[in-house]
Amino acid sequence: MNKTIRFELNGEPVNINTNPENRLLWVLRNELGLTGTKYGCGIGACGACTIIIENEAVRACIYNIADVAGKKVLTIEGLAKNGSLHPLQKAFVENDALQCGFCTPGIIMNAYALLINNPDPARKEIIEGMDDNLCRCGTYGRIIEAIEQAGREMKGKVAV
Amino acid sequence: MNTDEKINRRVLRDMYNLREIDRRDFVKRLGGGLVIAFSVSHLSFVTEKDSSREESRDMNAYLRIGEDGRVTLYTGKIEMGQGPITSLPMMLADELDMKLGSVNIIMGDTDICPWDEGTYGSLSTRVFGQTMRHAAAKARAMLLKMASEQLGVPVSGLQVSDGVISVKNNSRKQVTYAGLTKGKAIYFTLKDEPPLKKASDFKIMGTSRLRADGYEKVTGKAKFSGDIHLPGMRYARIVRPPSLGAKLISIDTSEAEKINGIEVVRDGDFIALLHTSQDTVDKAYDLVRAEYEEENLPVDNSSLFDYLKRKGTEANEIDAGGSPDEGEKASVKHFDFEYRDPYIAHAPVEPHTATAVFEGEKLKLWASCQTPYPTRETIAEELDIPEKNVRFMEIFTGGGFGGKIYNPQAVEAARIAKLSGKPVQLMYTRKEEFMFDRLRPAAVVKIRSGLDAEGRIVFWDYGTYFGGQRGAKQFYGIPNHRTQTFRSPRGETVHPFFTGAWRAPSNNTNTFARESQIEIMAAAAGEDPLDFRLKHLKNDSKMTEVLQLGAKKFGWTPAKGPSGRGYGIACGKDAGTDVAVFAEVEVDEKTGRINVKRAVCAQNMGMVVNPQGVILQAEGCIIMGMGYALKEEVEFKSRKMLTENFDTYDFTRIGQTPEIDVVLADAQDDPPQGGGEPAIICMGGAIANAVFDATGARLFRLPMTPERVMNALRNA
Repeated sequence: MNKTIRFELNGEPVNINTNPENRLLWVLRNELGLTGTKYGCGIGACGACTIIIENEAVRACIYNIADVAGKKVLTIEGLAKNGSLHPLQKAFVENDALQCGFCTPGIIMNAYALLINNPDPARKEIIEGMDDNLCRCGTYGRIIEAIEQAGREMKGKVAV
Repeated sequence: MNTDEKINRRVLRDMYNLREIDRRDFVKRLGGGLVIAFSVSHLSFVTEKDSSREESRDMNAYLRIGEDGRVTLYTGKIEMGQGPITSLPMMLADELDMKLGSVNIIMGDTDICPWDEGTYGSLSTRVFGQTMRHAAAKARAMLLKMASEQLGVPVSGLQVSDGVISVKNNSRKQVTYAGLTKGKAIYFTLKDEPPLKKASDFKIMGTSRLRADGYEKVTGKAKFSGDIHLPGMRYARIVRPPSLGAKLISIDTSEAEKINGIEVVRDGDFIALLHTSQDTVDKAYDLVRAEYEEENLPVDNSSLFDYLKRKGTEANEIDAGGSPDEGEKASVKHFDFEYRDPYIAHAPVEPHTATAVFEGEKLKLWASCQTPYPTRETIAEELDIPEKNVRFMEIFTGGGFGGKIYNPQAVEAARIAKLSGKPVQLMYTRKEEFMFDRLRPAAVVKIRSGLDAEGRIVFWDYGTYFGGQRGAKQFYGIPNHRTQTFRSPRGETVHPFFTGAWRAPSNNTNTFARESQIEIMAAAAGEDPLDFRLKHLKNDSKMTEVLQLGAKKFGWTPAKGPSGRGYGIACGKDAGTDVAVFAEVEVDEKTGRINVKRAVCAQNMGMVVNPQGVILQAEGCIIMGMGYALKEEVEFKSRKMLTENFDTYDFTRIGQTPEIDVVLADAQDDPPQGGGEPAIICMGGAIANAVFDATGARLFRLPMTPERVMNALRNA
């Protein structure tokens, strides 16, 4: 029942022969080796597996691999370009907006979608946009500041 | 249950008992250079009396100054977000007079790091770190002595900076640490305690540093135990009962086994499915048919607190002073209240996970784990293999909070690896994570207290049912007082689930109860709750200073409660630290929703290594503490866990983030105390008191959900 599924992953074409019903999360992690995307709940409730499909943040644990055929997918591994951190990654480091770091990739990817769809968000919009990403260590205040800082840096110079 | 109980016993035992390690082996592994081994013990550890064992039992960590001039710390501590990966090298570099960038840290690899009890109890800085500083001071003294001989200048004529020892007034005459240790294998054990640097000489400690692991964690490169992929690895699911304690009657795995590639391993009632695809093994799991006989404990959420009070028949006095009976008689106002805490889960976003493989006789494991060494011992015992054949590898842990002291998943992964002969990854589903968590025990606290005619507390009678002792003793100047714990007769099952250490164990329950009762009395006395506390803390200058620091930052002005402002205070003592939280809330009287607008945390934690790291921990405590105060409670019936995922178990979200300030008492010349836990203990009390101050309604039951707030408002 395997099928070849073609899509674009972090800017590179991918052909993968797999069961089209396999969950995107496990295909990314276990078949493609991109382990930055994490399992936290399996029902799309915590945001640890957030990735970008066609500029929208989605939960990889509730998507099938077949759903991304022909689409552009971006994971945390594709965010830094040519060895330099994306402004969001830099801002998370500079603001210490993480502790254990397990939810961090999902949070950064969700923030990425937020900023490319709304380059100048108000604080309230950041909070609303991030409210379904859980961080048990409690770094939220710093996450808000990091997203604000990255937003300022990205404004006007983000090519999507 | 047996395995967990064993780990629990071992963790407690090992706090007082150092483990053996074969020195010759690891000296060989280390190669040349200066090696300093040191031991960390809660009790004095006298090696002289036991010289035959001295060589092998006297170290908990070591540091090595290599030929390249870099120093490496090998420690059994682990990084789960709380920050030792940043703070321990800071302590080491400063005490050795080296650049921070010249220090490496290797954590939790049981083959190359010596035994460690585990990472919990806010011990990494205050116990381990301090001992490590002594070891570094000793190393520095040794190096100075060697330099003195080489340069022909007395030690008093030498100075050290960035790992270079030079002659005062002639700094061109110099030798580096690397130059001194080159080619020599120097080994000694630390026995005495050389003087540590004074705070005025600190160059690194006391300065704020960003997390050392930030880059790896924002790029997705940081490896957690589920990120390890081994050739031929199988994903495993263990056949689980519907409720804890349920006995397997019959099982049919035939439908599951029809799926191509599914393997089943079995050892008694321990049955696991394996496949090279996580999706496939998940599908197969749903096809397993099993019958169980479930246990029945007559308890659920609604009967919980009466149940606990019925079960707590055995009193144990842990503290007393004066005469409680006389105190009660001398009271003109009496207060008799009961405080209630439900079961709550650790709920780290990373579930318990382990990856295991046998390489010949040797088992290699990566596990999200706060206790690699005690867990290694359990695995060796359970699998009946020598401890030295089990190796835990260095890994990041995705949040622990006490829940990863216990690692059934590591034992299970090891068993499956042994039974199947394959590399195995076992990642708990969120449902398993709730079911097998070591929950914060549900508890009832009863307090009877009294005020005399002058508004002084003269009577305090405190009883905790299953809440635990940490933080139970009151610290106010109360002349007649008694603190008791109530438990069930030995051997009787009380809790329907496993319970264990939840960040600042017991102290969240005890501080909520005590600080609520204090403010109830302050209001009855017609006094400002800050003044009322200070009046009863005349002999406690440390707590007085902390309260005053917090009040100043918060902008507290005296007022009798309820003032309508929504201000609340709670203070307490945890892990050697005195802490106070001042909270400001808004209560929506139509919906019962509590909005925490602002929280100020003040603490005296002695010396601060990395102020930024301390602030991160205090902020995390405030956010996590708001969870148990406002939202968290597991739903259950008998021994069946009804809470299965984050759609029904909610904790603090980004939208609830208050404005947070953290102020630290300047105590840089005092020994460091705990930082990862203290601030969380105040959150229940500070918010309950602030709700009372806003509305006049008093909440005695956590979490303070909108429904409970509405009920309290109707009764106010």
